[in-house]
Amino acid sequence: MPQKLDYLKETPSQTAGPYVHIGLAPGAAGFDIYRQELGWDIAGPNAEGERIRVEGIVIDGTGSPVKDVMLEAWQANSKGVYAHPEHPGEVEEGFRGWGRVITDFETGEWGFDTVKPGPVPGRSGTMMAPHINLWIVARGINVGLNTRLYFSDEAEANAADPVINLIEWENRRQTLIARRMDRDGQIVYRFDIRLQGENETVFFDI
Amino acid sequence: MLKPGEFYQRDREWHPPAYAPDYKTSVSRSPKYSLISLENTASEITGPVFGHNDIDPIDNDLLSNYAKPGESPIGERIILHGRVLDENGRPVLNTLVEIWQANAGGRYRHKKDTYLAPIDPNFGGCGRTLTDENGYYYFRTVKPGAYPWRNWVNNWRPAHIHMSIFGTAFAQRLITQCYFEGDPLIARCPIVNTIPDPEAIERLVAPLDLNATIPLDSIAYKFDVVLRGRRSTLFENRLEGN
Repeated sequence: MPQKLDYLKETPSQTAGPYVHIGLAPGAAGFDIYRQELGWDIAGPNAEGERIRVEGIVIDGTGSPVKDVMLEAWQANSKGVYAHPEHPGEVEEGFRGWGRVITDFETGEWGFDTVKPGPVPGRSGTMMAPHINLWIVARGINVGLNTRLYFSDEAEANAADPVINLIEWENRRQTLIARRMDRDGQIVYRFDIRLQGENETVFFDI
Repeated sequence: MLKPGEFYQRDREWHPPAYAPDYKTSVSRSPKYSLISLENTASEITGPVFGHNDIDPIDNDLLSNYAKPGESPIGERIILHGRVLDENGRPVLNTLVEIWQANAGGRYRHKKDTYLAPIDPNFGGCGRTLTDENGYYYFRTVKPGAYPWRNWVNNWRPAHIHMSIFGTAFAQRLITQCYFEGDPLIARCPIVNTIPDPEAIERLVAPLDLNATIPLDSIAYKFDVVLRGRRSTLFENRLEGN
């Protein structure tokens, strides 16, 4: 017998269940307990760049909205810098780049306000098109799902994006593109996520 | 000098699969196509950073963080404590750990929970803390009760505490559930049994930890969490390859 490798094994994932709000967004569960809940302000008041709103719905394999989902967003600032000690560069004071998003319990619609991120350096000197990383948990989702939201007005950068280009099936790439629209002067991106079925969203093993 | 690099790939045969038909809700919420495997970029090796300004010291004490002055929740008083480590066995410091749970009767404080067990006026059911410089965390709470749920006609969840952990990178993000040693419902739970490997299930069962009990006050359970580990590289900290 060879020696044993002494690595530990990652703790297995379990579903967040239907009551994820109690822990991560107690106000939505119906009670007030913390001085401040985390994740409600992604960009902060000092963030530079274009203020945008992102909206969508998560749809299951039967075509029904998923009403008990929670998403987390992780993004760079408008200069393409992540608020993290390993990422070179500075972010604006109060910019965290992370947020939590929960759905309306009746409709399944969700939305969040932020700034549009800038392009981020990829591997081997490439550049990645502006994107927001999303992590999706819910009852019935055993391991959180990772996807990326890209922007419809970045067609050139998207066409060169090394991650989008990893997706062999070109017709599936459009599932990652949020559609830009102007609503009474506010910039809104629509990003619907399909867990299963026609136009199933591309999910990543990161 | 050794520098941190990419994270070890997640062992998808160790985690539960997306499609696990005995857990019925997973059937229509599981992607049918394969995940696209992505080598880590800056987007995955970074993640949100939290500090002591984000939370309050009382947040890890579920015996008091929602109780009226001088009162406390009904139930078995427990300490849930442990360390957050990575796969290399190194402690993960200053990382946010959040928990939520049912009360001692198995009822959640949630507008969507209609189970007939009563709400406890002195129990909120959530807590959060940052690990210390050794990766250590602890909570005080009550042991949650088992409760029925709709799957098959007669399914009962074993007593469990939900736990959310961040690590230092979005690639380490994890939500799991902690069960308690000796509970006969663990082996019968379709959600537990989404995990294919019995050894992996054991990692979610917190043993009774008599050494950490407070005599005449609270009983203790120990629950260590392991997040993905990282390669160390002798080379420049630049991610190569496609």
